[in-house]
Amino acid sequence: MTLTIGNTTAVQSVVIKDSPTSRRRRGRRQRQQAGGRRSMGMFLCILPFLVLVFLFSYFPLYGWIYSLFDYRPALGLAGSEFVGLQWFELLVSSPTQVAQIGQVLLNTLAISFLGIATSILPLFFAIFLNEVRAPWFRNAVQTLTTLPNFISWVLVYMIAFSLFSSSGLVNNVLNDAGLITQPLKFLDSDQNVWLTMTLWSVWKGLGWGAIIYLAAIAGIDQSLYESAKIDGAGRFQLMRYITIPQLMPTYLVLLLLSVANMLNNGMEQYFVFQNAFNKETIQVLDLYVYNIGITGNSLSMATAIGMLKSIISVALLLTVNWIAKRVRGQSIV
Amino acid sequence: MSSTTFGVRRRSSGDIIFAMTNYTVFIALAFLCAYPFYFLIINSISANDVSALGQVRWFPVDLHLENYSQVLQLNGLPMAAVVSIGRTAIGTFAAVLASAFLGFMFSQSKMWGRQFWYRSVIITMYFSAGLIPVFIVMKTLGLTNNFWVYVLPFIVQPFFIILVKTYVEAMPESLQEAAEMDGANIVQIFFRIFLPNMTPILATVAIFSAVAQWNSFQDTLIYITDQSLYTLQYLLYMFINQANSLAQAAQNSGGNLTGIITAATTQTPTSIRMTVSVLVVLPIIFIYPLFQRFFVKGIMLGAVKG
Repeated sequence: MTLTIGNTTAVQSVVIKDSPTSRRRRGRRQRQQAGGRRSMGMFLCILPFLVLVFLFSYFPLYGWIYSLFDYRPALGLAGSEFVGLQWFELLVSSPTQVAQIGQVLLNTLAISFLGIATSILPLFFAIFLNEVRAPWFRNAVQTLTTLPNFISWVLVYMIAFSLFSSSGLVNNVLNDAGLITQPLKFLDSDQNVWLTMTLWSVWKGLGWGAIIYLAAIAGIDQSLYESAKIDGAGRFQLMRYITIPQLMPTYLVLLLLSVANMLNNGMEQYFVFQNAFNKETIQVLDLYVYNIGITGNSLSMATAIGMLKSIISVALLLTVNWIAKRVRGQSIV
Repeated sequence: MSSTTFGVRRRSSGDIIFAMTNYTVFIALAFLCAYPFYFLIINSISANDVSALGQVRWFPVDLHLENYSQVLQLNGLPMAAVVSIGRTAIGTFAAVLASAFLGFMFSQSKMWGRQFWYRSVIITMYFSAGLIPVFIVMKTLGLTNNFWVYVLPFIVQPFFIILVKTYVEAMPESLQEAAEMDGANIVQIFFRIFLPNMTPILATVAIFSAVAQWNSFQDTLIYITDQSLYTLQYLLYMFINQANSLAQAAQNSGGNLTGIITAATTQTPTSIRMTVSVLVVLPIIFIYPLFQRFFVKGIMLGAVKG
């Protein structure tokens, strides 16, 4: 009896003692299983989106083999002739092709370098705008100067056209003032194309580019300024010794990214501004690939050039990332 | 900063010169950015014969709205407006929902292979197979001359996902724990708890996406030949070029443009171009000031990652 009781109690106690733990354990196991199921479930939830990423970003990489064929869309890949590295050889062997690619590369790099050279402007824009005391004025300037960032390149071209074409506003005004007799050809000429393209980019991006620096300035520790002022620093000294050094990390990250993107100018801007007169100097790599691929129908050649461009860009990005890691102890990608 | 920095000091003549230079430069910059838009608007509502000669500079001349009613009857324009509005609405809705969902899911450490999938999505920001391979894939998928080419490629956007994920990770963990305790599943937690609390970042994503959709031009150029799928941007581009050739044709044939113009309200290449431009830019001019603070917030969050 006692034994029984003892036993029972023992068993009971065991059961009673054990039951919460085992229940907890069972619970944990269930939770883990449920967690396992759910984590797979979570993955299944995002799977449709991953399929989209695969289709539009990874699957096209397969198309790089078109650069080894003489691809004719009508024949399909199976019917097209395999030509090995012919297109790549053509790029470096035919003098006309070399000259053309050389010019395109020159345009691409020149416009990119001008872009990098002007990338300091938003920083100064932000610093000086921050010195303006009236908040309404600051806001008004900020609103008006960021507006161009939100319109398409087609509209930028439309604006350029209505202001700078030979019958446009600027030529009209100059003519009325008696300064010119012949309309100046701002758009239909190959003079200063790199410069004018850079100026349009600056016009479109200046105010927008400044926002990030304005945000960074707002985040600078005020005590730095206060102690500097106690030491007798003037307005320009505060800028030079506090604001600019504090903004440098942000600037360097953006600078490195633009170096990594040196070959990727995009094509929209140059496409809308291109015409028979400026074609030589406005064709950047992206536009060139479009022009020979879609317009000129040499799909394989365009693929080969686009492929080389992508590889160099990724190499640039990795290099820049490595430099950032070495210099700042922090990668940018 | 400026008020605390220079609040108490008396203004020296140097300060005054600095302030004056500063204000002058900024007024000039603001003018350079704003005047072109003003120029388009006053020209679109001025007498067409005057605007064609480029004489409308500061104020509208003989104000009339005829251009708008006439331009709306132009071939293809209503359809292009439908396509532009449609792609902006559907594309933005899809991108916002997908970014919110993916940003939230990628913040869940329990997901199978989370880091790997997250990285393989983000990395697509930095490489592209190139124009032609993508074009051929779109063709293979039947997306050329298809409305969905405007939407499908833009649903998953790595940059938006980074923004949302950063935002979700700053939200308190107890939010999710409490919901889990109540037995909500992950989809319920997302829709009931997180989505309603993400409004600021979703507004940022929505506005970025809407502007990109509205302004997109390249995809029509590359993938679309069917005129019923043209967008307003593409039509505007064609109008600029056609107006160009119209003007050239008139000059080549020895006639002059003023001869064609019979009345102040008769359409001219200039009036068509200006009016369509205003129609294309107006939504942005209106929406933009309302949402400016979201842009600023969005780019600040983007800076966190950088």
